Order: sequence, then structure tokens, then C-alpha cells
Amino acid sequence: METPTSRSIPAEDALDSESPSRTSPPAIETKDLCLSYDEAPALRDVSLSVPERQVTALIGPSGCGKSTLLRCFNRMNDLIPGVRVTGQCRVGGQDILGDGVDVIGLRKQVGMVFQRSNPFPMSIRANMAYGLKLQGLRNRVEQDRIVEESLRAAALWDEVKDRLDRNALELSGGQQQRLCIARAIAIRPRILLMDEPASALDPITTMRIEELILELRRDYTIVIVTHNMQQAARISDRTAFLYLGEVVEFDRTSRIFTHPRDQRTEDYVTGRFG
Amino acid sequence: MRPIGESRRLGRWGGPAGIVGLILTGLATLVLLAFLVALLTTVLSKGMPAFSWRFVSTIPRKDFFDVDSAAILPMVVGTSLRVLIMTVFVMPFGVITAVYLTEYADPASPFTRGIRAAIGNIAGVPSIVFGLFGLGFFVNFLGRGLDGLTGSGVPVFGRPSLLWASLTLAVMTLPVVIVATEESLRSIPSGLREASLALGATKLETVWTIVLPQALPGILTGGILAVGRAAGEVAPILFTGAAYYTAELPGRLTDQFMDLGYHVYVLATQSPNVDQTAPILYATALALLVLTLALNAGAILLRSRMRRNLREAV
Amino acid sequence: MGLRRGHRARPGEWIIEKLIQAVGLSTIGLMVLILVFVGREALPVLMGRINTALVQPILPSKEIDSIPRDDLRSYLELSRSQFEGMDREMLMAMMEAREEGFRDIPESFRADPDSTVNTADWRQLLLPRQWTGYTRPEFVWQPVGTIHKYNLVPLLVGSLKVTLVGLLFAVPLSLGAALYVSQLAPVRVREWVKPTIELLAGIPSVVLGVFCLLVLSGLLQSLFGYQFRLNALVAGIGLGLTAVPLIFTIAEDSFTGVPRGYVQASLALGASPWQAAWQVVLPSAMPGVVAAMILGFGRCLGETMVVLMASGNASMLSWSLFDSTRSMTATIAAEMAEAVSGGGHYRMLFLLGTLLFAISFVTHLIGGRIVRRLRRRLGGVA
Ligand SMILES: Nc1ncnc2c1ncn2[C@@H]1O[C@H](COP(=O)(O)OP(=O)(O)OP(=O)(O)O)[C@@H](O)[C@H]1O
Ligand SMILES: [Mg+2]
Repeated sequence: METPTSRSIPAEDALDSESPSRTSPPAIETKDLCLSYDEAPALRDVSLSVPERQVTALIGPSGCGKSTLLRCFNRMNDLIPGVRVTGQCRVGGQDILGDGVDVIGLRKQVGMVFQRSNPFPMSIRANMAYGLKLQGLRNRVEQDRIVEESLRAAALWDEVKDRLDRNALELSGGQQQRLCIARAIAIRPRILLMDEPASALDPITTMRIEELILELRRDYTIVIVTHNMQQAARISDRTAFLYLGEVVEFDRTSRIFTHPRDQRTEDYVTGRFG
Repeated sequence: MRPIGESRRLGRWGGPAGIVGLILTGLATLVLLAFLVALLTTVLSKGMPAFSWRFVSTIPRKDFFDVDSAAILPMVVGTSLRVLIMTVFVMPFGVITAVYLTEYADPASPFTRGIRAAIGNIAGVPSIVFGLFGLGFFVNFLGRGLDGLTGSGVPVFGRPSLLWASLTLAVMTLPVVIVATEESLRSIPSGLREASLALGATKLETVWTIVLPQALPGILTGGILAVGRAAGEVAPILFTGAAYYTAELPGRLTDQFMDLGYHVYVLATQSPNVDQTAPILYATALALLVLTLALNAGAILLRSRMRRNLREAV
Repeated sequence: MGLRRGHRARPGEWIIEKLIQAVGLSTIGLMVLILVFVGREALPVLMGRINTALVQPILPSKEIDSIPRDDLRSYLELSRSQFEGMDREMLMAMMEAREEGFRDIPESFRADPDSTVNTADWRQLLLPRQWTGYTRPEFVWQPVGTIHKYNLVPLLVGSLKVTLVGLLFAVPLSLGAALYVSQLAPVRVREWVKPTIELLAGIPSVVLGVFCLLVLSGLLQSLFGYQFRLNALVAGIGLGLTAVPLIFTIAEDSFTGVPRGYVQASLALGASPWQAAWQVVLPSAMPGVVAAMILGFGRCLGETMVVLMASGNASMLSWSLFDSTRSMTATIAAEMAEAVSGGGHYRMLFLLGTLLFAISFVTHLIGGRIVRRLRRRLGGVA
């Protein structure tokens, strides 16, 4: 009854001095977004706005709809038969749910990194160039420049610069995941969606990826799903807590972890969740 | 309750029933292997003496029952050509259908179920019925129709030919290609498709640049299986293109051709003296057997390697 | 229907995707095409529109004006447009030619009651008849000589007979071998036995035919000492060999597909490997086994070359395994060359083809049903 869900952007936002989003519009904004798989609702009335050039974390118990929400932002849910979406979702101020939306163009602006790293079984270079070729960039010199730049940004360049033509599957798990991040940023998206990017990795690699995210934060708007509370606390500026398809609470991360307003949020972040 | 001693004595095979069962099933396996070995050794031992380079590389005289001058070059050429032309037709058609089924079709739609049912049915149609279909549709309907259009007095298309036999075989082997391709398409992790789509590729780009290259070994397996199946088939080409005898190698699509399998049949059933011509019969059968077994072994090897790679990748 | 899975395509791709869909859907068309073009040639027989009687009834040409026009047209076997284009003179001439032809038939033929029988009539196709020279009514398929006899029963029985022998040979052996290979054999044995048996699939049926014709037939004859060297037994075993790889592969797959947990659970309760295989694996793999047998049936019934070469091809009605036998498939293969395109014999062979098609269709349908039902009952195993 006292769920403060459907309230958009929390009031504190205006006071948030470190936020650059005060002048620019939010990168992603949803309003009353509902989604169901074959009539089984997975998201209910989700309204939130993701500020630009910040890291926003989505947390919540398994099956609460984090991945589903994330996949709304680049319309990957289109691939699943029987999905119905209602409500609004805007990226860069543009509605993305309509029929006439250029989904391909949207996905070039909203990159995605998956939980299970999924490099193409080709050379590292071919992986990196894949998105560029889709954009019509045929110039090899230019391609190589962007490949290097993106691999550097993903902190992978030094490890792979001598074996760009080797198969990407020869890389270690962590390297593969960083390659996927590099591949995603090679096409210069504005937003990067990450679905538990470090869940299958060891602590050291996880740390490297976290550092990477903090680096990328300067240029990209990042939305990350994580099960790791410390991780959310360490890297995100804002955190949304989802429960049973609803956004229970969405606030600055520090607040969520120190003064949550909802009992369920408190139970979850303190690990007392049953 | 069974005394403990008994269960120990009967050991790990679980009593008389277990031992009888083991023996019976083992025997069944042995019988099958024995048949296989008997067949292979017969064809090999009786076929080797007449098998020579000359035998496979020359054109026989009209009296091909003559043991000394018998040869099978036209049949080897005819059989190779008909499976080659078949491949040209069946591969694109089969691969595209498999792509449609795995990548595009809504699995619940009645059309999709219809397609699957049709494929299953075509796979079960007796091969001789394909021969009738080829005769009724390709030769009589299409062929005579084409002749009518071109207005030629003598039948050019309206008679059995290499083209019609190959097309008939293409229809027959379509399910083989579709099933093998589908299997390999399904084995591609969906993560790869998602990765490509998330990078802004269209569905078609994803299929073309990621899915199909990955599925290539499976597609190849399907092609080889189809060729292996078609190479040994005689019934579908009896009325659609195989000739008892032609003086020359087939040069055009509308020519009739001699065929290895059909020739084996002719040698076995129409020889004036079966005992005398047995060596060339077995040598011809050997040639056919080598061809089809090599193709099948190739397909099996390719597939097992593919499955192993897949298991390692996952 | 359609391309909804995935996102909206761009215009150029939309066309290509529609083409892909068209190719996919055309498989259904292909299936229909096969039915239509095999059935089309058999249709006149099925509709009773064909009359093969040697001596056709004669309408006297003098009475041309009193005969209803429609009767006259069908009597002269003319299409409506042909008929309209003809004047009385021409029709008259045609009727006289018929009378002429009738007079040319030797008296001995005209006296034979067989000569007025329409042998393509359904009664002649299915029921026995005492033909001239026979001592009792019989089922006869004999499309040679002056009067072609087209009784289908001997061929149906022949096909069923060799198919049953084939299944009796192939099913126990294949299932036994599959059970052994998948459950009881040591891994090393399993690894080479399985592909070796599957090698049988790569042997062309015409080579199997040669083996049955020249090796197996003599062997079995000296073993059983029967009269005809080529008979249903030899052909049946040959058929069985063509069906073995099919039945073996499917059965082996479904045995292997039974969750390892079932077997281990029963072993843990003290069952022997054999008990586990017999009481747990076999029942839970039942859908696969049934599917294998049904497909094997279709395979045996449809196989041509082996039967053609090893069965002796005598079209007499007999249930004996040691009699020479002729199947539907072998009949088509052997006789099409001498059948005149569009003639009665030709259509009769297409009728056999249509029948084979129908049987394979129904087999597939029923097989699918049974397997689905079993699968549901067994809760999705195998
Ligand atoms: N493809 C699908 N078809 C049907 N239902 C689905 C599908 N994907 C997810 N769901 C359902 O939607 C709900 C939300 O799933 P989602 O994957 O978004 O959860 P999640 O929060 O990401 O969980 P996790 O932390 O385990 O990844 C779940 O109840 C799930 O069962
Ligand atoms: Mg998830």
C-alpha cells in the first residue's frame, strides 16, 4: 500500500550537486512501463529516469525483472515471442517503444554487455571491427585506430595488442568479457547496459572491470545489473531496488545503502531478505 | 527374502535372466556385424580382381557384359553429375528453409507446423514414388510444357534426362539437408545472435555474418549425407533419366546418362550368364560402395568433430 | 504467421525475408505437388472413368439420330469441344469405324466373357474373378497379353509379407543391439560398434540387392531346402538390413536419452545392469522405440531395389514365406518401362504409387500421434 513506486525522479535530484544531469535531459526515462511474457507480468508500472554520465545500478532478488527492464532499453525483448509492453520509455528524449522506431539505430546508441561473455568465434580484430563494419566503416586505418582506442578504453590493449588476429575464444574469461565491453564501446554508443558483467569472474578480474566502469563513467551513461551489494555501493551513483517487477525505491546510492525509506529495501541491502 | 549367498553368486549380472539378456543382446549385435562383414568382404573379395584403373577410366563397348572390355567411366560420370546437379538445387533450398524455420518462423504458427509435417512426410515417401513424381511432374508436365513453349517438334525436355533425374533427387534429399542444417543452426548459442543484434546488426546481417558461418560444418554434413544417400539410389532415376546404354558421356542437361547403381542392377538381373559376368558386377558394386561409404564416413566424421567442438565451446 | 520474431527489417531486407519465408512455405507446396502429380495420373482409375475392356459395346451407326447426344459423345470418347466441332457426317464415320473394328476382333475373342470385362473397375482390382482357363476365382495381377488383369491384392499381400519379414528380422536385432550398445557394452566396444552398424545406412540398396540375390539366396536355400531360390524370406531379410540402421539409430538415441539418474537410481536399489536396462530404460524409451518401428515399417514397405532383385517377382497370391513374391514398389519399377504413357497399365502403376504415398502419409500421421501420446504419458522422457 505504501509503495512509493510510481514517483519519478526523486526530489533530491535537484539538490544533487555532483550530477551533470541538472541541465541535460535524462538519458533514459520510463513512465508506467509494464511488460508481460505471455500474459505473465514481469514489470509493473516502472517509472524512473536514468541521469546522463552516471552509473545507475539495478538491484533486487533473482527473477524480479532487472534483466527484463535492462533489455527494454535497447528493445532486446523484441526477440522473445509473446512479449507485450505498455507505457513509455524514452532514450535521449525520443520514444523507443513505438512501431516506427528505428530499432537498429537505437541499438547503435545503446550498447549492451551480457552476463555470459559472448565474443564471436573470430579473431579479436574481427570482433572489434564487427560493429564498425555494420556502420559502414570500411577504411582499415580508421578501423584499426578505433579498435586500439576502444581496447585501450577497456584496459585490454596491452594484453592483446600482439595477437589481434588470434581467435577471441583463446582469451581468458575476464579478457573475453573486457573484449565484449570494448566491442560494445567501439561503436560509440551513448549508453552502456551491463547485465551482471562480472558475475562469472574472479575477484581480481571483477575489480578490473569495476575500475573500467568508473573510467567509462566519464563518457558513457551506464546502467548495470548486479547481485553484489558492495559492487553497487562502490561503483554506482544511483541505485534502483526492484521487487516483483516493481521499482520499490530509486535514489542516490549512498541513501539506498544508508537510509532506505522502504523496509524491503533495507532488508535486501542488509542481507536480511527472506 | 533372497539369501545373501545367492545374490553374490549370481554376481553383477543379476541372475540367469540378466545373463540370458546380456547374451541375447550381444548376439543381436554380433549378427548385425556379421551381416555387415559378410557383405563387405563378399563385394571386396569378388570385386577386387576385376577392379583396375582401366575399368574405371574407359568407356565400354555397347556389349558391356563382355568381361574383358567392361568398364564404368560413363556410369561414374553419370552418377557424379547427377548428384552434383542435385546439390546445386537442394542446398540453397534446404538451407534457406532451415534458416526460415530456426531464425524466423514462429514455432507455434500453423504454417510452421505445416512445414515440419511436410518435411517429415517427404522424408517418409518411398523412393520409387519420387520416380513417379519425377516422371509425372518434371518429364511429362514441365518437360512437355517447355517443349510446347519452344515449339520444337522433337521432344527435348519432354523426356528423361540428367536435369530431371537430378531435380527428382533434389526433392527426395531435401529433408536430409533441412534436418542437418537445422540441427547445426540450433546448436549455435543464442548469445552470439544477441551480441550481434545488440551491436546494431539487423536480423539478416546477423544470420549472414554470424549464424551461417558458424553453421557451415553442419550444412556441409547435411550436403554430404544427401549426396551419399542420392548416389546409391536407383529407384527415383529409373524413369527420370537413367539409360541402359548411351554411346557417349552426357554433355548436356537434357541428355540421358548411365548410372552406377542402375548398372549394378542391369548386370545383376539381365546378364546372359550371371556366373561369367559376376566379376564385373562385383567390381561395379565395389565402385558404388566405395563412393557412398566414403561420403557417409566423411559426414559422420565431420559431424562428430563438430559436436565435439561444440561441447568444448560451451 | 510470419517474421515477428526479431525486429522490423529495413525495406531491402524485408523483401529478402519475405523470399526466405516463401522458400520455407514452398515445402508445403512441394508436398502437395507430389500428391497431385502422382495422384493425377491415377485419378481416372479412382473415378471409374477408364474402361479397359477389349471388346467395347457397340452402338449401331444406323441409330445415330435416336441416341442422346451426351451418350454419343462419351461413346466416341470425345471432349465437349471436339464433339461440338463435328458434323453428323464425321460422327457417323467414327461410329462406322468402331463397328468395323469390332468386326475385326476374332470370333474366339468375342466369345470369351473376359473380353467385355473392364479390368480397371474396382471390382476387378479388389475381388477375385474366375478368368477363362482358371478353375476357380483368383486374384490376378497380369498386365500382359490381350487382357490385362490388374488385381491389386497379390501386390498388397506381397508388400505386406516382405515388410513383415523385414520387421521381424530387423526389430529384435536392432533393439537388442541398441540395448546392448547403449546400456550393457563396455565403453570401448560401444565406441566402435555404434558407427559400424550405422555404416549399414551408407550401403546402397542395390548393393544389398546383389548380396541377397547372389549370396544370401543360395545360402538360405541350402539351409531350408525350399523350392524357389528367390522368395519373400530372402527379400524380407534384405529389407530388414536396409531398415536396421534406421531402427538402431533411433532406438539407441532414445535409450541413451533416458536420464542417467533413472539407471543409477535403480542400480542403487540393487538392480543389475540388465534389470535396469530391461525394467527402466526400455519402458521409458518407449516413444523412441515405437517411432523406430513405425519408421522401419515405412522404410520396408517403400524399399524398391532389394525386393525387385531378391523376391522372385511372381505376382501370385500366397502367404507362404518360401514362395516367390512381388511387392507394389517392385511392380512399379519393373513394369513402368513397358507401360504406354497414359494407358491403363500406366495409370494402374500410378495408382500403386498413390497407394504407397497414402500409406506413408498415414504411417507418418499415426506414428506421430502414438509417439506424442506415449511421450505425454511418460512425462517427456526420450
Ligand atoms: N523469455 C522469457 N519468457 C518468459 N518469462 C520470462 C522470460 N525471461 C524472463 N522471464 C520471467 O520474467 C521474470 C523476470 O525475469 P528477469 O530475467 O528479468 O529476472 P532478473 O531480475 O534478471 O533475475 P536474475 O537476477 O536471476 O537474472 C521472471 O519471473 C522470469 O521467469
Ligand atoms: Mg537477469
